[in-house]
Amino acid sequence: MTAGETLLEAKGVAKTFTLGKVEVPALRGVDVSVRGGEVCLLMGPSGSGKTTLLSILGCILSPSAGSVSVMGRDTAGLPERELAKVRLAHIGFIFQSYNLFPTLRAVENVQVALDLRGVSGTDARDRALAALASVGLADKADVLPRDLSGGQKQRVAIARALVAEPAVILADEPTAALDSETGRAVIALVRELAVTRGSSVVIVTHDPRIADFADRVVRIEDGRIVANGEKTP
Amino acid sequence: MTIRIALRNLLHDRVRLAVTLTGVVFAVVLIAVQGGLFVGFTQATTCVIDNTEAEIWVASRGVRNFDVTHPLPPRKFHQILGVPGVGRAERVIVRFANWKKPAGGRESVEVVGFDPGSGLARPWNVPAGAMAALKLPDTVAVDALYLEKLGIAGGKGVGEAVEIGDRRARVVALTSGIRSFTTSPYVFASYENALRYTGMEDGQCTYVLVRPAPGVAVEALRDAIRRNVRDVDVFTREEFAGKTRHYWMFTTGAGMALLIAASLGLVVGGVVVAQTLYATTMDHLAEFGTLRAMGAPGGYIHRIIVIQAVAAALVGYGCGIVVSFFLVDLAARGGASIVLPPVLAVGLFFLTVVMCVTAGLVSIRKVTTIDPAMVFRGA
Ligand SMILES: Nc1ncnc2c1ncn2[C@@H]1O[C@H](COP(=O)(O)OP(=O)(O)OP(=O)(O)O)[C@@H](O)[C@H]1O
Ligand SMILES: [Mg+2]
Repeated sequence: MTAGETLLEAKGVAKTFTLGKVEVPALRGVDVSVRGGEVCLLMGPSGSGKTTLLSILGCILSPSAGSVSVMGRDTAGLPERELAKVRLAHIGFIFQSYNLFPTLRAVENVQVALDLRGVSGTDARDRALAALASVGLADKADVLPRDLSGGQKQRVAIARALVAEPAVILADEPTAALDSETGRAVIALVRELAVTRGSSVVIVTHDPRIADFADRVVRIEDGRIVANGEKTP
Repeated sequence: MTIRIALRNLLHDRVRLAVTLTGVVFAVVLIAVQGGLFVGFTQATTCVIDNTEAEIWVASRGVRNFDVTHPLPPRKFHQILGVPGVGRAERVIVRFANWKKPAGGRESVEVVGFDPGSGLARPWNVPAGAMAALKLPDTVAVDALYLEKLGIAGGKGVGEAVEIGDRRARVVALTSGIRSFTTSPYVFASYENALRYTGMEDGQCTYVLVRPAPGVAVEALRDAIRRNVRDVDVFTREEFAGKTRHYWMFTTGAGMALLIAASLGLVVGGVVVAQTLYATTMDHLAEFGTLRAMGAPGGYIHRIIVIQAVAAALVGYGCGIVVSFFLVDLAARGGASIVLPPVLAVGLFFLTVVMCVTAGLVSIRKVTTIDPAMVFRGA
C-alpha cells in the first residue's frame, strides 16, 4: 500500500431503501475518496446516511446508483460472492458493539480473521498474539470477551481488523460505547497502527473530540456531503 | 478454527446441547431397537430353514410360509425319491399342536418332526448325546428359553412328562437359543413321534427335504422335481427362507409396523435435532453475520454448521448405540429377540450423520439469507 494513492473511492453513490411502498432516500449522490495513510472521519446527524455510506464503501451493501472502487477495482455489479472476496482481501471492519465471538478467547477472535484467509496453526496464533501485543493486550490473549472491559474488547476487535493488514479500515462509531478517554485512546491506536502501514481509515463518529486524530472530516447531512476537509467540530 | 467455533457454539448452551443429544440418542435407540426387532424377527422366521442341511424343500402346492401349510400325501415322498439326481430325501413335519403342562393348563407349540438318525433337519444347539434319546418313543426336545412357558421350569426341564396332542411325551433334551418368532415354542421330535403328536396319518409329512446326489446341481434338481412331481412347490433353501421371511414381514404387516416405528424414530429425532441446531444457529446469528461481513466464503459458515451437526451425531450415536446394546442384552434375557448385527450398527451410524446434517441444512438456509449489512445495525 502506497501512502497517498487513492485506495477507496465512491462516485455518485445513491441509495434508496424501499420500505413497503415508501421509498427512503438514504444517500443522494455522494462522491468521496480516501487515500492510503489517511484517516477520514464521517460525521453528521442521526439518520443522515453515515452507516449506509460506510456499508456501501465496505462492499456489504450495494448502491442504487453510482460506483465504488476498492484498490482501483470497480465493484459495481459484482455478485455477493465476489464482493465477499473483495472484503476479505482488502477491508477490515470495526463495529460499535465489537462483534467478538463470545465463545472464543481474545487470541482466537483475532485468529478467525487469519483463518478466513487460509492462515492457520501456530503461524496464525503467533501473528494473532503479535496483533494483540500491538494493541497492548498481550496478557489478555486467553481471556474470553465477557471478562474484558469495553475498551479492551474494542482493542481486540482492532487487532482482528488489522491482523491481516487490509488496505482499508472501516469503523462505525467504534467509540460510542466507550468513555471519552478510552475512546480517544482507541482511535489513537487505530490511527497509529493503520497510518504507519499506509492503510485508508474511515471512521463514522458523533464524537467531535476525535476530530484531532483525523486528516479529514467529511460532513454528511440528509444523504449529501455538505463539507469535506474542514476539521471543525 | 471452524471446528473450534462449532464445538464452542454447541457447548455454549449446555441445556440445548442436552436436548440435541437426547434427540439423537432417542432416534438411535428407537431405530436400533425397532430395526433390531425387525432383524431378529426376520431371522427367527426362518431359523429352522436356515439351520437345515438340505438344499431343497418340497411342500404342498401353494405354500406361503414355513409355519402353516397343508400336509403332503405319502406317495409324494416316494415320487421324489424316484427323481433322478436325488441323493437323499427325508420327511419333515411342521405343525402346531397342543402342549399340556404337567401342572395343568395348555400352550400352543410348533412341533418339528425330523429323522434323528440322519438329521437333514435336526435341532441345532443340542448336545450330541441327547440326539440319541430322541429316537426313543414319546421323547421330545424343547428350548431352555421356554421352560417357564411350558410349565416345566421346576424340574430343570429334562425328564418332565407332559402331553402333546393328548399323547404322552417326555422331555429328554434341551436346546439353547432356538427362539420361535410366534408365541408357540418349537418342540423337536422324531418323525414317528411327531406324527402322533400332530395327528397326521402314517407316511404324511409337511415337507420333504432333499439333498442332491454328488455332482448334481441344486437348481437342476429343483427343476427336475418340479417336472416329475405334480401338485408340489419346490424351492431351494434360500428361496423358501426368502418366501417365508417375505410372508411374515410384509404380508402380515408385522414387519411394516416395525419399519414404520423405526422411521418414526428417524423423523422425530431428526425434527428435534433440526429444532435445536436451528436454535443454536439463531443464538449465534450475529457472529455468522460478522463472518459474512468480514468476507467469509459461504463454505466457511456452512462448514461450522455441518461440524455442529456431525459432532452432535457422533456423540449422540455413541451414547445411543451403547444404550441400544444394553437394551439388546436386556431383551435377550427377557426372551425377546432383538438382533443388532454390525451392519445395522454401522448403517445406523451413517443414518445418524445424515439425519443430523440434514437437520443442520435448515440452519444453513437461514445463514445464507443473512444480510451482512446487519452488522452495522447494532444486531
Ligand atoms: N435497511 C434499511 N431499510 C430501510 N431504511 C433504512 C435502512 N438502513 C437505513 N435506513 C434509513 O436510511 C437513512 C440513513 O440511515 P443510516 O443508518 O445510514 O444513518 P446514520 O447516519 O448512520 O444514523 P445514526 O447516526 O443514527 O447511526 C435513515 O433514514 C434510515 O432510516
Ligand atoms: Mg449509523
